[in-house]
Amino acid sequence: MSTDATLSFEEAMEKYDPVLGFEVHVELNTKTKMFSSAPNVFGDEPNTNVNEVDLGMPGVLPVVNKTAVESSIKIGLALNCKIAESCRFARKNYFYPDTPKNFQTSQYDEPIAYDGYLDIELEDGTVFRVEIERAHMEEDAGKLTHLGGSAGRIQGAEYSLVDYNRAGVPLVEIVTKPIEGAGSRAPELAKAYVAAVREIVKNLGVSDAKMERGNVRCDANVSLRPHGRERFGIRSETKNVNSLRAVEHAVRYEIQRHAAVLDSGEPVIQETRHWHEDTRTTTSGRAKSDADDYRYFPEPDLVPVVPSREWVEEIRQTLPEPPAERRKRLKQDWGYSDLEFRDVVNAGVLDEIEETITAGATASVARKWWMGEIVGRAKNADVDPGQLGVTPATIVELSKMVEAGKINNKMASAVLDGVLAGEGTPAEVVEKRGLAVVSDDGPLLEAIDAALAAQPDVAEKIRGGKVQAIGAIVGGVMKATRGQADAGRVRELILEKLGVTA
Amino acid sequence: MTETNSTELIRLSAAQLAAKLAAREVTAVEVTQAHLDRIAAVDGGERGVNAFLHVNTEEALAVAAEVDAIRAAGGQAAEELHELAGVPIAVKDLIVTIGQPTTAGSKILEGWHSPYDATVVKKLRAAKMPILGKTNLDEFAMGSSTEHSAFGPTRNPWDLDRIPGGSGGGSAAAVAAFEAPLALGTDTGGSIRQPGAVTGTVGVKPTYGGVSRYGAIAMASSLDQIGPVSRTVLDSALLQQVIGGHDPHDSTSLPDPLGDLVAAARLGNVDGMKIGIIKELHGEGYQAGVENRFNESLELLKEAGAEIVEVSCPNFQYALGAYYLIMPSEASSNLAKFDGVRYGLRVLPEEPPLTIERVMGATRAAGFGDEVKRRIILGTYALSAGYYDAYYGSAQKVRTLIQHDFDAAFEKADVLISPTAPTTAFKLGEKLDDPLAMYLNDVATIPANMAGVPGLSLPGGLADEDGLPVGIQLLAPAREDARLYRVGAVLESLLEAKWGGPLLDKAPELASPVVEHVETFETQEAK
Repeated sequence: MSTDATLSFEEAMEKYDPVLGFEVHVELNTKTKMFSSAPNVFGDEPNTNVNEVDLGMPGVLPVVNKTAVESSIKIGLALNCKIAESCRFARKNYFYPDTPKNFQTSQYDEPIAYDGYLDIELEDGTVFRVEIERAHMEEDAGKLTHLGGSAGRIQGAEYSLVDYNRAGVPLVEIVTKPIEGAGSRAPELAKAYVAAVREIVKNLGVSDAKMERGNVRCDANVSLRPHGRERFGIRSETKNVNSLRAVEHAVRYEIQRHAAVLDSGEPVIQETRHWHEDTRTTTSGRAKSDADDYRYFPEPDLVPVVPSREWVEEIRQTLPEPPAERRKRLKQDWGYSDLEFRDVVNAGVLDEIEETITAGATASVARKWWMGEIVGRAKNADVDPGQLGVTPATIVELSKMVEAGKINNKMASAVLDGVLAGEGTPAEVVEKRGLAVVSDDGPLLEAIDAALAAQPDVAEKIRGGKVQAIGAIVGGVMKATRGQADAGRVRELILEKLGVTA
Repeated sequence: MTETNSTELIRLSAAQLAAKLAAREVTAVEVTQAHLDRIAAVDGGERGVNAFLHVNTEEALAVAAEVDAIRAAGGQAAEELHELAGVPIAVKDLIVTIGQPTTAGSKILEGWHSPYDATVVKKLRAAKMPILGKTNLDEFAMGSSTEHSAFGPTRNPWDLDRIPGGSGGGSAAAVAAFEAPLALGTDTGGSIRQPGAVTGTVGVKPTYGGVSRYGAIAMASSLDQIGPVSRTVLDSALLQQVIGGHDPHDSTSLPDPLGDLVAAARLGNVDGMKIGIIKELHGEGYQAGVENRFNESLELLKEAGAEIVEVSCPNFQYALGAYYLIMPSEASSNLAKFDGVRYGLRVLPEEPPLTIERVMGATRAAGFGDEVKRRIILGTYALSAGYYDAYYGSAQKVRTLIQHDFDAAFEKADVLISPTAPTTAFKLGEKLDDPLAMYLNDVATIPANMAGVPGLSLPGGLADEDGLPVGIQLLAPAREDARLYRVGAVLESLLEAKWGGPLLDKAPELASPVVEHVETFETQEAK
């Protein structure tokens, strides 16, 4: 595998203007498949979720899944698309064993949704409009596993196994128009666009939207042109870039690679590229040429899909609040600053904070816990914050204990560790670790006396009205009690002892 | 109990058998066994009819015995038995069945057993009609003579050296040879009607969508239609009533039923009906004997009170050409699944490397016959980038024009009429090397498929020059299948009155059936 030459991203940007385009495949989470009544379930034993239709047995006919149509309309509406009054499926003919009929049933020239847009908010708040050309329905292919060769590739493999469980799973393919004017923010926009699509389909409830499972898959098209030129350059299509980070990296890499090719005076080859997460590079796949003739023609086994305007409007009424609007509302409701809110969004804990507030925490407490405690732990564990295992109930319980003075913040953090270590509920952890705040004033008064005696000059200052100096005494008491004292109560007792009113 | 002998049993119509079964004059086992005996006597061997690719003896007799047991027990279960319960039937081997092989007449599916039943087969089972077996056909229903079957041609019972028509030659010959009272066929461009015409039987292509296609191995999805094959018009109506109706597994099946077809066949009245002769579908290119019988039928209908009008369908001249673009285009895609990966034949290439492409290629090269390959190549070409608009696109436009022609014609006439095929049965081998001559057989039947309208072929007599059966085709507007049965039943009774009995009475005797264990019964003459 040879390594392609690249320019630095900065140099590439100086010389060229990137144009992007995305095809995002969304697997729908319908109960059954696109054209059959077999279950649409991920992760089962190979070839168990199949019936005669999925296997392309002689004589079978497809029947369109109405829920899949409804989900597609939801996606179309959420992407501000027009919904076709009538649309058909077509057959895309090619011989490959992952496709049981040796054709894929897909919409071709008559997509169910078309002419939409999506406003993408970048991390700094800049809004960039991405035009959507179409969203169309199709079926997924089976999964091939090539064995006996190198690197799981079909070339050189001794044999291949086919799992048709995925064959016929409903897909919606969302295709953008060429995205111009992103400039050096192209990689960031790429990531933000895919994230937005993922968020929308998740919010609509039409897909499990797990990129690691292939529920959302992205093909990224990149081309470069010299600044000022209108005509697009020749594009490459990087296939199956299946994480948000990878989308950003792949676009960045392709920009750098194209720039080097153009700089060398060579033409860019129109081709499919494969993304390699380990090296963060792409390699050449299959050259796209006129030889790719899929012989599309209207699927004669299916009647046109004709969504009535009433139905479309009915669906529109049931759409959940769009994520962007929801964010606006939540920011206002929660009273976070711009920066605080953006941090929450970028950390990906919006849902978690909302759930925590619903469970009974205040907005500021919820933010403090998620941003201050959990996000960092998740980063260390290399998982999403939501997947760490902290429930809103745990946070509410912890914050109530702190409020009641049963534990202090430092102890609460330790309790959270205990909960995550599987030691039980916060109350159980507190019990097991013996982490209760010392609330009996007797031992505290002894410690206060000792601290005042140890720092008589500070005690003098406080008596003289410099109440802010109290921290040193409080610190001494906390140290003596190994952090188990309630700092607020300690402060009260010191002031009382010294006869000073705060 | 009145007694009937086996030879007489097999000559009864399905309606007559149903009546005898209901009256308990005969048992379903006796009826089924009589037909199985007939198959054993005339179907096999050098000069056998070869209508059957598989005979389903055990299951057919078991179903028959079940019907007999229910009838004997009486009560509600007996009352609820379907009218045709116990009446045996043959199924074209393009239609999938659990428990019997389904070959589509092709080596590529030899030995394959379907894991599911076609919807029409489920309906036959629900009606408790014993399935006698699977009938021969041109490979994947591609042909007009049944000579393209990978398992040898079927012979025409009227002349064993002649073709029984195609692709459903097996079903038509089985019914004509009294091996079955009823059969299922499929009709993409005439595969039910043309075999009906050349074997002196009745065949109906229902309105597209009138009968579920689920489980009929697709040749051209937008043209294929399952339909009945029988010896009488009423029998076809009875059978269509069993197999018709909406099927949730076939989204092209019509949501509403087509009305009471049996009542239409029993009504039999053409008084005041307008019957349109299609100018373009007779005369030049049609055998004189065919033309004579056709004119005779017109006279009879006129005498019965029908008004004969002439209609013109100028775009029918393009139908054959357009058909031979649309049909192979769809077929090329429908037959892509036969690749040796999941089921059926798998052939490894003789030379390495052993790649998937080469295994698929070797399987298809060995598994498909010439006519199938010819149509796959034609269709693949017609759908190719750069040719699509000129070929497939133009053909679809012709299709629309044909529909317009029908619309205009049905403004002037309630039913249209033509000869079913331009000639009587030709000799085996005569047109095998001339695909175009073979394709011309379907010139009169193709327009109905292109427009989705129903068509019925019934015996119109024997051609003067060769003494072979001639078919008369009736066409009706979409969803008006009842009209075909209404007019067909009248014409049938007028013709039979003229002949002094069914046309098949004039067919030569085939070998004597095996009768040793069957008792002798006395036939009640049917009215």
